[in-house]
Amino acid sequence: MRGQLRTIGKGMISDELRRHLSEHCDHYADRRVGLITVMQELQKHYGGYLPDEAIYEAADIVGVTAPDVEGVATFYNWFFREPVGRQIIVCCDSISCHLLGCDRNIAHIERKLGIKMGETTTDGEYTLLPVVCLGDCDNAPSIMIGPELYNRVTPEKLDDIFQKLDSQRPAVAAK
Amino acid sequence: MAKEEKILFKNIDPRQQGVVCSYDQYVKTGGYEGLKAALKKTPQEVQTAVKDSGLRGRGGAGFPTGMKWSFVPMDGFKGQKYLVCNCDEMEPGTFKDRALLYGDPHQLIEGMIIAAYSMQMTKGFIFIRYEYMQGSTITDKAIAEAEKAGFLGKNILGSGFDFHLETHLSAGRYICGEETALLNSLEGKRANPRSKPPFPQVRGFLGQPTIVNNVETFCNLPHILARGAEWFKGIGVEGSAGTKIMGASGRVKNPGLWELPMGVSIRELLEDYAGGPSRGKAFKAIIPGGLSTPIFTPDQFDVKLDFDSVAKAGSRLGTAGLIVFDEGDCMVDCSSNIMKFYARESCGWCTPCREGIPWIYDMITSIEEGTGADGDLPVLDEMAKHINHTFCAFAPGAQGPFLSAITKFRGEFEDHIKTRKCSFKS
Repeated sequence: MRGQLRTIGKGMISDELRRHLSEHCDHYADRRVGLITVMQELQKHYGGYLPDEAIYEAADIVGVTAPDVEGVATFYNWFFREPVGRQIIVCCDSISCHLLGCDRNIAHIERKLGIKMGETTTDGEYTLLPVVCLGDCDNAPSIMIGPELYNRVTPEKLDDIFQKLDSQRPAVAAK
Repeated sequence: MAKEEKILFKNIDPRQQGVVCSYDQYVKTGGYEGLKAALKKTPQEVQTAVKDSGLRGRGGAGFPTGMKWSFVPMDGFKGQKYLVCNCDEMEPGTFKDRALLYGDPHQLIEGMIIAAYSMQMTKGFIFIRYEYMQGSTITDKAIAEAEKAGFLGKNILGSGFDFHLETHLSAGRYICGEETALLNSLEGKRANPRSKPPFPQVRGFLGQPTIVNNVETFCNLPHILARGAEWFKGIGVEGSAGTKIMGASGRVKNPGLWELPMGVSIRELLEDYAGGPSRGKAFKAIIPGGLSTPIFTPDQFDVKLDFDSVAKAGSRLGTAGLIVFDEGDCMVDCSSNIMKFYARESCGWCTPCREGIPWIYDMITSIEEGTGADGDLPVLDEMAKHINHTFCAFAPGAQGPFLSAITKFRGEFEDHIKTRKCSFKS
């Protein structure tokens, strides 16, 4: 059985990526230290989430068991085990943003994109998630879309943000 | 009015997001002079200087830095030792490490090299929360600059001391900020806290002696070494030397960050710096040190913001990121929001925390929604007393704001139960 599972993880990524990730682990006194980075790189490779193959591949590259990798994948907020949107929207809902109206912004995004918290738009562009304090409380309420931080957010400002993001989308996705 | 003391913020304007102090600017304003001074001393002398300065950890617990370091095995120890910077800033109401990391990465790097030299640690990590990924990129660039200039890498400035530093971008979880959870995370494991002892100074990262310090703690070191322990002790108050990056957010006119000498009062911070209330309603309460500290009411606004004064008044200075509430804010609603945070971020290792906090959250939320029952408050009182029987400080942290809210604002909770609604909602 174990042999069978291990073959699932073979051949889905290039030898070059496999070698690169394996060398990253060599750098540490214990290869396991490289696991989080290996999983982050595999998640990028698979378009934003970790399919089962990626779990087996990470296990194989690092030298730990697949259930162990699954334990790590399900622990952290920024590992996804199912497909997510091309851009992830995280809305801070901790206390300072709560005081200054994050609920209103979240409701606005949900209406605008036609999704609820935790869901992905049908075109696969956005996934909406809550996040704890973004460390930007003096500019509350704050959200992040992809790597970009937006602050002092209001529903009106959100309309501008999404208009700009939509205009930057590849033509294929826009039709 | 207490004066701002721009030491750590010498090259940082926290109002200017996106401006990074360059390597040239850092060196021009005295950067890396602290390291040069340190390298002229023996490692033990550097430790003594830090101990004499009275510096206490800026991550929230306020443990004396020199004492923390003193448990690291020194003479005769031949194995690998590690230095780790905790930049997993996720404590609600806290945004100082973002400013330090994004604004002046060389200050942090210099502080880490000094610490590494004093404890003869040759490898270091900066553990950065996922959402600070741009800060991680900024720091990587600064590390490369420091290596090029001979401040990092092999044989630093001809001293014979080697130190290699790298960033680690976390996969994200609040509990990673707990130092033993952080070490598990750095080892590629689930970030559950470890039971202590053994303490990380003896058995930490990969079982080797390890020191974990906060960003702001490291940032103080170059200045202490360049200007001396006596100079540092002259700032602040007895028991809390130096400045503190203090913040205010929530219901204040000018939320922000200020570098102030330890010992300014809550009132000074709120009125002189944060500009008073934001919407014409009187202040009702503050949480002083990030979320995980007990609440203060306006009759306590003369309390001075230093470790001992805040502790004496029944709370903790923590990160000195004040969260401010006014008369228009419902403390039941806020308690519900606060407990939602802890329920979501509990790592799940200890039962009282994993099961107790969501249970409290559900109960407060039902009170807020008007479906609370008469016997709820005594049950909550009893529950709150038991959630702290856990491995780490997370559940005791949750207990702080919650217990103080149901004690100090009991009338609001009773009113919700009696009238079966929240009178703050129009």
